[in-house]
Amino acid sequence: MLEFINEPWPWYIAGPLIGLVIPILLIAGNKSFGISSSLRHACAACAPSKIPFFNYNWKKEIWNLVFVLGILFGAFMATTYMTNTEPMQIHPELITELKGYGITDFNALVPVEIFSWETIFSLKGFLMIIVGGFLVGFGARYAGGCTSGHAIMGMSNLQWPSLIATISFMIAGFIMANFILPLILSL
Amino acid sequence: MRYNYILEKEDQRKVDAVCVNESKLTHKWFHNFKYLLAGMLIGIVFVKAEMISWFRIQEMFRFQSFHMYGIIGSAVAVGVISVLLIKKFDIKTIYGESIVISPKKFNKGQIFGGLIFGFGWAITGACPGPLYALVGSGATVIILSVVSAIAGTWVYGYFRDRLPH
Repeated sequence: MLEFINEPWPWYIAGPLIGLVIPILLIAGNKSFGISSSLRHACAACAPSKIPFFNYNWKKEIWNLVFVLGILFGAFMATTYMTNTEPMQIHPELITELKGYGITDFNALVPVEIFSWETIFSLKGFLMIIVGGFLVGFGARYAGGCTSGHAIMGMSNLQWPSLIATISFMIAGFIMANFILPLILSL
Repeated sequence: MRYNYILEKEDQRKVDAVCVNESKLTHKWFHNFKYLLAGMLIGIVFVKAEMISWFRIQEMFRFQSFHMYGIIGSAVAVGVISVLLIKKFDIKTIYGESIVISPKKFNKGQIFGGLIFGFGWAITGACPGPLYALVGSGATVIILSVVSAIAGTWVYGYFRDRLPH
């Protein structure tokens, strides 16, 4: 049991656990699994600014904000009390590729040479931390959902628009990671 | 007339929403605690399965690892079976209400927005859930990405009527 707590979990444990959140939320209170909507509720709560899209009673969706707060808190708990003892195994080809861009620290969840408070004012840091986040928020709402709402919840309910959205996510991710990101990392 | 106005205003929440969670019941605030626990389960899995690692996402988009595909695939498999069972046996919520899942309507936003989202996903190595989890795991600078994602959502809302859908 202790080993289970301190070892990284394989996909066949993690995937089904995430899938189980779908019936849990439905049975707990008729809620559909979706994370990016919390960003919209944040807009509705803080800066609706007479934009019709944000003028609704966000308090009815407060469960969603509590849910994402839980994600943050759960991640904190796991990082603090369930630390993976072994260093993360990363594909050697990726390591070689990233070393070419000056990334040498593979111990954190994010490459600390890029994602840190010091790099935020560099062009590379700004593009990856700020512009990247902006694209995630803008794109998710434009698509009507993110990986959770479309790829997991939508596909679980066999919704073909969600399949189209998921394919779009993957195509763009493939293009970015293989053709555009190398240019950004070279900056 | 006034009723229509209220209806219209109320409907705004349902526009493009991932989920519409209309319940006739009202609950005390602490009923939200169960969603905190569900979120915590997700957060723990995100960290323990290294799903919030920027490197895992890069491996996924380079087809260097099966890990993320296995997770998404098995999550969907469990989800499909769960939704089928809920529909087949008409399983109710713990409050006795019928479970309703709103269907998704196709619009071009799923393609255009999906592509924009995919670009952001590969750059930050995180979709919205992992962004929150990264902050919780101690990568505090990602707070800026979350704020930026909220800004992106706001800008979308501002230009929504002028974008192709």
